[in-house]
Amino acid sequence: MTAPATDPQVLNRIYELAARIRLCDERVIKMLTGGEMAIIYYPVTGQEVLAAASGAVLRADDYVVTTYRGMHDQVAKGMPFGPLFAEYMGRVSGACKGKGGPMHITYPELGIMVTSGIVGGGLPIANGLGWAAQLLGQDRVTVVNFGDGAANIGAFHEALNLAALWDLPVVFLCQNNRYAEHTSYARSQRNEQVAPRAEGYGMAGVTVDGNDAAAIYSVLAEAVAKARRGEGPTLVEAMTYRFNGHYFGDPQEYMPTEEKKAAKAADPVKALRRKLIDEGHANEEDLAALEARIRAELDEAVAAAKAAPMPDLAELYTDVYAEELAS
Amino acid sequence: MSTIDAPGGTRLMGFGEALNDALDVALQIDPTVVLLGEDIDDESTGGNFKITAGLSTKHGDHRVRTTPISEQAIVGAAIGGALGGLRPVAEIMFVDFLAVAMDQIVNHAARLRYMSGGKTPVPITIRTASAGGQGFGGQHSGMLESWFTHVPGLKVVVPASADDAKGLLLSSIFDPDPVLFIESSRLYFGNMAFGEPGGDPRRLHVEVPLGDYRVPLGKARIRREGDAVTLVTYGRQVDDATKVADRLAEEGISVELIDLRSLVPLDLETVLASAAKTRRVVIFQEAVTRSGFGGELAARITEELFDTLEVPVRRLGAPNTPVPYAANLETAYQPSAEALAAEVRETVERKARAS
Repeated sequence: MTAPATDPQVLNRIYELAARIRLCDERVIKMLTGGEMAIIYYPVTGQEVLAAASGAVLRADDYVVTTYRGMHDQVAKGMPFGPLFAEYMGRVSGACKGKGGPMHITYPELGIMVTSGIVGGGLPIANGLGWAAQLLGQDRVTVVNFGDGAANIGAFHEALNLAALWDLPVVFLCQNNRYAEHTSYARSQRNEQVAPRAEGYGMAGVTVDGNDAAAIYSVLAEAVAKARRGEGPTLVEAMTYRFNGHYFGDPQEYMPTEEKKAAKAADPVKALRRKLIDEGHANEEDLAALEARIRAELDEAVAAAKAAPMPDLAELYTDVYAEELAS
Repeated sequence: MSTIDAPGGTRLMGFGEALNDALDVALQIDPTVVLLGEDIDDESTGGNFKITAGLSTKHGDHRVRTTPISEQAIVGAAIGGALGGLRPVAEIMFVDFLAVAMDQIVNHAARLRYMSGGKTPVPITIRTASAGGQGFGGQHSGMLESWFTHVPGLKVVVPASADDAKGLLLSSIFDPDPVLFIESSRLYFGNMAFGEPGGDPRRLHVEVPLGDYRVPLGKARIRREGDAVTLVTYGRQVDDATKVADRLAEEGISVELIDLRSLVPLDLETVLASAAKTRRVVIFQEAVTRSGFGGELAARITEELFDTLEVPVRRLGAPNTPVPYAANLETAYQPSAEALAAEVRETVERKARAS
């Protein structure tokens, strides 16, 4: 049974996860800006709270599928910083032994099953995870994360139809950040929202403010509980905003300045932090201490990643198949 | 010629029946084996080619599950199912329809093991039917194996006979990696076209071992021993090649006929041993010759045996056109037994290069 969104413990937990994501994101961007690390990074800045709410709802044995813009989803599901940064830097101690990279973070130990670099590619796979749980009599739920852009690829249609038809325990979490790569939502589809499409599949669909911790938590808690009870999938459209363009370094000329300013003024992580203090659920000292602990954790993870060796060249040829094929 | 070790006995079966038997055995011996695909349960006819007939009735429609016409969703569900602890066998009705699911097959099934550093293997089998030579026209007649042999992470199996169909399918299902299993639908009907009048649809029936019979992947089958020329092929071309080899034997040409069974893994050792012996090689494939698997094989043989070969490795496949419809055009398109016989004769009769 999930606690209600009004429970201060829930909001504190969401903030803790959101802070982990925000500080991790900041650290990556700082390292990229300072030339400390050179990777292709798809920033999650602005989308932390909805992912943190998902992390607060899910159990360790639930499954998550996400996309190349997925650090927030991974960290929310418990992804430790050590193997995350090591993977970013292509080290053998990385989550994927340095063979996947930032777009393919995988950590099945905590249910982080697939991070796909193909827009919409994870949706059909999430159904399979749900199907397996259903057939094996497990009550684990799969949350598949994707952007508004993915709602326009064929895999979305096929996956939602099948999930509804088979009553799969899958929550389709559309993170509507208003941009599909470099093209605005409005220039990508005619409908104002994605969630109403659920009706076309005989599935529940709901649009919610993904930047409002209590609101998104309530919606996700209900969708996950429903899936866990065997009552089928839900399409959740969490409204949010992508602060930093498609990839780090994107000049963002297609994103209106006023729009960005307004979004940043309503920064969901800062808003949640303020709410916790204003409503007396936390105090400044405690939150500062929490943030300091997270920063120290990041320092340690980055240092460990830097010190770790690159994969042995023999790794090039392993993990293609269970056994290396002669020809 | 190998004899089959079948302590549990055998039964005379056709190609489709043997596949059905393999699926039945897999469903029986492992509760995590599941089947999914279009029309595959008994309420929806037991599959377009009836290969899964009876299985949903016997094992339940939760394990033998008909899907909507959604190839991406089918392959994706198979992949996710595998990640979640199942051993899914997906049916994609025709080889050509694999194109619809290419992202799931290539970007996901083939690469997830590697990209996760070995953490997420994808033990799925994708069964699909090639249907050339049956008047299906340009979008239901393809043979596209080389698309997939080009993708690291996938295995590609192409059985030629009922006994191998069963043994290779069971090995594929219990293989730890994703396997594309291509069934020539003509072999369902004794290598005749669907509904073709005359002929004997039971011509290719053979004794098939009962029970959990497996043929390992990556072991070619020498269908006929010979010393004048090596003929390498797979799938339904084996039947034509066998007829050609029989005919050429009467002319005094001794053909060694190798059925590859699987292209990935490839039993290059058996091919090279034969090629070193005969020093003349013909490769016979159903697919378009250009950039086909035969080209890869010819290169591999030549790289290893350039100094041994007496004549260049020859390839016979289909021309660089889509598959046409009109019967005379499709017949002309198909690499025929006559063309193969001519190719083999020419290869044998060709003067060896000066060494």
